Formats: sequence, structure tokens, C-alpha cells
Amino acid sequence: MSDDELKKVANEVRRGIVTGVHAAKSGHPGGSLGAADIITYLYFEEMNIDPADPAKPDRDRFVLSKGHCAPALYSALASRGYFPREDLETLRHIGSHLQGHPNMSDTPGVDMSTGSLGQGISAAVGMALAAKHWGDAYRVFALLGDGEVEEGQVWEAAMFAGNHALDNLVVIVDHNGLQIDGTIEEVNSAMPIADKFAAFGFQVIELADGNDMAQVRAAFEAARAVSGKPVCIVAETVKGKGVSFMEGQVGWHGKAPNDEQFEQAMAELEKEA
Amino acid sequence: MADVKKIATRASYGEALVELGAEHDDFVVLDADLAAATQTGKFKAAYPDRFYDAGIAEENLMGMAAGIATTGHVAFASTFAMFAAGRAFEQVRNSIGYPHLNVKIGATHAGISVGEDGATHQCNEDIALMRTIPGMTVIVPSDDVEAKAAVRAAYELDGPVYMRFGRLAVPVVNDRPDYEFEVGRGIVMREGADVTIVACGLMVQAALEAAETLSAEGIDAEVLNIHTIKPLDTELIVASAGKTGRVVTCEEHSVIGGLGEAVCSALAESCPVPVKRVGVNDVFGESGPAVDLLHKYGLDAEGVAAAVRAFMA
Repeated sequence: MSDDELKKVANEVRRGIVTGVHAAKSGHPGGSLGAADIITYLYFEEMNIDPADPAKPDRDRFVLSKGHCAPALYSALASRGYFPREDLETLRHIGSHLQGHPNMSDTPGVDMSTGSLGQGISAAVGMALAAKHWGDAYRVFALLGDGEVEEGQVWEAAMFAGNHALDNLVVIVDHNGLQIDGTIEEVNSAMPIADKFAAFGFQVIELADGNDMAQVRAAFEAARAVSGKPVCIVAETVKGKGVSFMEGQVGWHGKAPNDEQFEQAMAELEKEA
Repeated sequence: MADVKKIATRASYGEALVELGAEHDDFVVLDADLAAATQTGKFKAAYPDRFYDAGIAEENLMGMAAGIATTGHVAFASTFAMFAAGRAFEQVRNSIGYPHLNVKIGATHAGISVGEDGATHQCNEDIALMRTIPGMTVIVPSDDVEAKAAVRAAYELDGPVYMRFGRLAVPVVNDRPDYEFEVGRGIVMREGADVTIVACGLMVQAALEAAETLSAEGIDAEVLNIHTIKPLDTELIVASAGKTGRVVTCEEHSVIGGLGEAVCSALAESCPVPVKRVGVNDVFGESGPAVDLLHKYGLDAEGVAAAVRAFMA
């Protein structure tokens, strides 16, 4: 797909995020919107996957370690054809396969159950280790939040990945600078994140604008070329990207738009499309 | 009893892994810098390229095991019970239990028989923690024979399994030709009419010895080996309780949340009879030789016999 085509898909993914969170009357739109371009790129361009065979053994894996951004993952999976887009309106409803945080047992295309921060990266490391151990060629991608990396488990996992030179692993840190209680600096900053991952044996790629499809492509192409080390892409993103009143606002971390806000958000996104 | 073979179930675990490794190459073994103690070192020595050390990082140990299991393979993950069930509880719950993955947790050094290391390392809460996780199978083998059978059964079972092994060498009590291990099926070790003693782990041997002592005093005790705490063999326990009318539970674990309370729950619903729970009475352990600690805390044959006597009086 061209960058323009991918941008169109990312816009559709954003509309799915807003639709899902609005229908759920709860959820996490901010981080989901900020990560939409990266997740779109992964599912529509980068990963070897087959929506008709979600569990095919040689598929690339994606672990949404920042599991609260499930609306973005679900929307991308729906757009990619894993399940109908109408399902997004059942997000967080009783009986829906779209749980508040991703569950691999419920949703086709979800490779790991996540939501408790810090745990997804370990599972991704386990998958990458399994690929190496049994001689499989698939790659593993894990998306983490910049608040999430405050969890100690992240660094246990990073240490192992670096020491075992898991070059089939790409960790992406979604650096939007905000967590629930405020900016990451105000709360308990893990900065400098890039230096830390480098110190743990990762090849770090700094993605200056993780909401720019051409730059996202360049980062993942650079990641592909790395061998002998796991990769960490530190992606600068804007939380709430694409919806004017949510952009850069910590208050939209975990809050659903009301009907009026929903209409405005959808109008903005449709205009952009 | 002097010539009875004594083997720690952790040693059985290590040996069973080696045996299993000779038959299957679709699993790996992970440890967290305790391979010599947990005895996964035996597997490491036999199959160095199928063993991975997570280092002193139990949260990541469990998370990696989960990730490996998502790829259709089996991961054995080992450390001390304190760290497997305690420190990494939430990883076990969310990364392994919730997606019902094929991770087999080999937790060693459970209970106060850890001995000299003291309370920080004596996990008396792991059965309680693990049995609350939906879909988790919890097995507490009583000896070498049972531990080896449990490892094989865990490998073959679809879903997460928590296996509880001990540090202390314990007598072999299941060395007989008709021994059969089935997950969730208890074993009648001794038939009796007056009281049912339900035991797991090293307390099975203590219960059997206590039953012999009590027999000479005119108390005819039935002894059940409930090696699987979850799913619990309610049918066997209820049938025995219905026959004897009294139950004493014995475990090297807190009386809160373990075998005793599992048995109480089952009996309360199906066959309410008086129950006495023998276990660690809501206290932390302490340093000391394992055998002396077991005696001090009433977790040997003498302690069990005394508890049954008082209960029957």
C-alpha cells in the first residue's frame, strides 16, 4: 500500500476507535488514536498475516503490551477483515468478543491477552525466543506505552531480549508523554527511554513523528535491516491524534466522548478522510 | 522404616523432565537462577539447548513461558513456590491463567520444610493463591512416584498446571504395581471406619504413620491422598466423610485457603461433617532443620495423631 492508502486506512481505524469507545461509554481513546498509524502500518503493510487464517503458525505476531489501547487493535483487525466492523459497536458490552482489554481466547487475530501493563513485552520475548528455538522465521512486534515502561517487568524482559540477541523482536514505545496522573515527567519519568533500551542491548530507532506514515514506514524498514540485536523504535506520537479536542489532553486517556463530542470527532475524521 | 527410600519431590521433578525430554522436543524448560535447587539443572545438563535461564526475574520468567506457550509449544517454568505463586502471582493469573496457556509451573521449596532459609522462603500460601485462578490445575505430589507421574500428566494436560514440590527428602509411599495417577482423582491409601484423614504432599506419609499409631489405640482412620487440590476429588472425599462422619485435613500449607478449606467447602455443600484442619496456623515460619520445624508446627505423624485424638475425644 502507498502511504496515502495507509493514511486512509488509519483514518478508518480512528473512526472505529471513536465509534467503539462511544458505544462502550468507556475506554481509552487518547492512546488508541495516537497509536493508530503504527498499528495500521503493522497490520496493512509490515506483518505477514492472513485474516482468513488468524492462527497460521508462521504468522508474525503483534502484542499490544499497552492493552488499554484495545480499541485501536480491534479497529485495525476489523478493517483488515478479521471480523465485521459492526462488531466495534459491541466493545465492552456483555457477551461481546471485544473485551475492555485484549483477550486472545475471545478475539480472532489477537495474539496475546494483555492489559496488565508490563506483561505483554515478556510474552513477546517468549514468542521471539520460541521462534529462534524451533527455527521459525516469524517476527514479533510489541507496542508499549511510555508510562508502561515504568513497570520493572519491562526491563526484566528487555534484559533477556538483549542478552539473547533476539533480532526477530521489535519493541515500539509509544512516546506520547502522558499517563493517567499527568505528564510522564510529573509522575515518574522513565526518560531517557532510548538510552535505556540501548543500554539493554537494543538497536534503537528514533521515530520523530509516529503519526506520519512515511516516517513510520522508514522506521520499520530500518528495523527490518537490523540483525544481531532486538530493535526498539521510540515513536513520538500525539495522544488523541486526529480529534482536535483530544490531542495532547491527558483527560482523554480513559474517557468516552458524549454524543455531541462523538459527532464532532467523527465529523473531523470524516473531513480528513 | 530405616530402609525406606527417601527422595525429595524436587529431585523427582528434575528427573521426570529429563525422561520427558528424551521422548519429546516440543517443550522447553525455564528457570530463574535456581536450576541447581529446583533440579531443572538435571534437564539443563541433559539438554543444554532446551533450557533457558531468565535470571532473577520471575515476572518475566512467567511472561516468557506464556509467550512460548502461545506458539503451540509447552513451557515448564520453575522457581521456588514463594516466587512462582507469590511474586509472580499476577503474571500467572493474567498472562498464563486468563488465556489458559500450556505453561507448567514447577514450584519447588514449598512449605516450612524449606528449613533453615526461614520465613521469607517458606511459602505456605501458594495452594491458596493458585487454586483461585480459573482453569488452573493444582497438584501436590506426595512422593517420588507421584511427582514423576504428575510431571508427565501435566505435560499431557491442555492448560496451565501448578505443581508443588518439596525440598526435603521424603519416603516413597506409592511404590506399588497398581499405582495409577490421574489428575483430579484421589487415592485411598488406607481404609478405615472412624475418621477420614485427607492429606497432600509430605503429609500423606505423616497421615499414614499417624493412622498406624491410632489403630493401636482403637481409632480406625481412613487415609486419602488428595494429590490434586484442583480439580478436587469431591466424590471420593464426600463418600469417605459420609462413611466415617469426621474429617481431618493435613497439609504443609496455611490452614487458610489450601486443601483444608477446599475440603471444607466441598463437605459444607454435600456432606456437612465436623472437620479439623491440620496445617500452618496463620503464622509465618522460621529457621531450623526441616524435620524439627515440621515437628514444632505439628506437621508430622505425632502432630497428626495428636490432632486426631483431640478431635475424636
